[in-house]
Amino acid sequence: MTVLNSYRTGPDERGHFGIHGGRFVAETLMPNILALEEAYRAARADPAFQTEMDSYLAHYVGRPSPLYFAERLTEHLGGAKIYLKREELNHTGSHKVNNVLGQILLARRMGKQRIIAETGAGQHGVATATLCARFGLDCVVYMGAVDVERQKPNVFRMNMLGATVVPVTSGSRTLKDAMNEALRDWVTNVDDTFYCIGTVAGPHPYPAMVRDFQSIIGRETRVQLMEQEGRGPDSLVAAVGGGSNAIGLFHEFLDDPNVEIYGVEAAGHGIASGQHAASITGGRPGVLHGNRTYLLMDGDGQITEAHSISAGLDYPGIGPEHSFLHDVKRVTYIPCTDAEALEGFQILAKLEGIIPALESAHAIGKLMEIAPTKPKDHIMVVNLSGRGDKDIFTVAEHLGGQV
Amino acid sequence: MTSSAPHPTRIAARFKALAAEGRPGLVTFITAGDPDGETSLAILKALPGAGADIIEVGVPFTDPMADGPAIQAAGLRALKAGQTLAKTLAMVSAFREGDDATPIVLMGYYNPIYVYGVDRFLADARAAGVDGLIIVDLPPEEDDELCLPALKAGIDFIRLATPTTDEKRLPTVLRHTAGFVYYVSITGITGAATPDAGRVSQAVARIKQHTDLPVAVGFGVRTPEQAAAIAAGADAVVVGSALVDAVRASLDAEGRATDKTASSVKALVSDLAAAVRGVRRQPAA
Repeated sequence: MTVLNSYRTGPDERGHFGIHGGRFVAETLMPNILALEEAYRAARADPAFQTEMDSYLAHYVGRPSPLYFAERLTEHLGGAKIYLKREELNHTGSHKVNNVLGQILLARRMGKQRIIAETGAGQHGVATATLCARFGLDCVVYMGAVDVERQKPNVFRMNMLGATVVPVTSGSRTLKDAMNEALRDWVTNVDDTFYCIGTVAGPHPYPAMVRDFQSIIGRETRVQLMEQEGRGPDSLVAAVGGGSNAIGLFHEFLDDPNVEIYGVEAAGHGIASGQHAASITGGRPGVLHGNRTYLLMDGDGQITEAHSISAGLDYPGIGPEHSFLHDVKRVTYIPCTDAEALEGFQILAKLEGIIPALESAHAIGKLMEIAPTKPKDHIMVVNLSGRGDKDIFTVAEHLGGQV
Repeated sequence: MTSSAPHPTRIAARFKALAAEGRPGLVTFITAGDPDGETSLAILKALPGAGADIIEVGVPFTDPMADGPAIQAAGLRALKAGQTLAKTLAMVSAFREGDDATPIVLMGYYNPIYVYGVDRFLADARAAGVDGLIIVDLPPEEDDELCLPALKAGIDFIRLATPTTDEKRLPTVLRHTAGFVYYVSITGITGAATPDAGRVSQAVARIKQHTDLPVAVGFGVRTPEQAAAIAAGADAVVVGSALVDAVRASLDAEGRATDKTASSVKALVSDLAAAVRGVRRQPAA
């Protein structure tokens, strides 16, 4: 294998991270994708764009998000010193808003008045609806009919914010099908519509652009840890669905050779059961939704249905940069079952007074396994990507209680 | 400019014959394995006799992001009945036993081919008698994946040009296109809006300034009247969702084929062919 000088230089000019990524879209969309790439390049080079971003991030989103020493969780697990990056304290309740702000400001620069988005748990949909309300843009959110049912609070929030939520009844009626439907909308309304993708997937330049907008998580973490500990982290842990919160934390540290990095995939009922959403652990490279990446599929290349208790992780693919980081063995991807995530959910609530999103609870679930194996001077940062208010119905159902 | 295969292909021969007849062609689309393998093969075999000049065979995929509800549902029916890419190739082989002239173009998405293995697929497709490929999610930017290997293997790679393909981009789209150019008449998914015949014929004229290849027009063409109107301004017209709808309408309550399935598709194709064959074109300049 070639030894890389840096893990942070991707993608190449054609959007490839190793064999992954690319631009696998219908011709109708290609001119739009090229225009988006050009507009993003121009925005990046424009200090006024960054200034505008920084201002909204500080005063509207509420950044920087705290880096919090989880003292009781650390004591309980008896190993690594655990810090939580509190992305759940952002406006709208998750890390999703970091990316949406960037894309909406870009859409405004491009003169697009209509915004479409896909959503799984509804976190990205809520963030998109929020910023569309703030800037007076039309907003249509595609959401699988199954997810509409299991994430009702977020559907209500999106409606309150003035967005139109379209329940998607095709296929498995979850995130993958919401993305298909959003792409069909975009092909149909290509002139006036900006597709605000919620994760580090899709055709180039989305994986790189969304990563750039989320990388503020890792940059803040480095500064905050330096202030609190006088040094950098020893390990990072984050849940991975498409992988935007994870890459947001990881990217800053990819070239720090001593930092161990763990991406936690949703293992549903367990990898052996076949009912999971762990694309790297249980999938193979394939092409879907504009990029090549690890996918869950059968021997004929047909995409199979993912399963996770968490709607936000219930997707049969993963961002192409994660697939690359797996191939080059820079990041270790490990599976976490529904049951382990539920344990993580409860322990964080009881010990730290923080109710995590079920997505983030997967990171906590695996943390409980990794942290005890580390010495007490080992500093571990976990991305607490979202808050769990939206999940109380699902959790109650699984724990046999009632809301 | 545009590539040409070393030997005259079935597609080139068919367009030459159409030009000699002074009429546009009818391209029909069916989904392979819809509603089941046996019925689908029976439909396929009946198409040339009913007046189809070129046949597009849809390769089912779970996530057809450029297709409307009709073709989405047809693909899922086929997959449920056990259709695979290997079975689709076998279906083309079976068709070729009785028809060595009608061009067959496979239309679909890249993942099943990528998973099958590009080299193995091209060898098997060539052996089965496949003449061309339309792969919706492979734009010119990804030509290394399948387009260039297909051309090398002697299979035409047919590109989609769309209303969003402007003058600047058109040469890129046409560069490695072979067989014919497929003009997508609307911005949208298959079977959706109705195209405007006048605007379509202008777009076809624009494309023809950049290529000598024939131009076929599809997406949203449903009735014999629409087919004739669109065909008047193009070298061929493609009808897909309407045929797939005819399959669906013929099924019983459990979604199984009936004795009407093949005959109703055949009847619709006959009507479409009669309308398209009534259109006279100027001999090629």
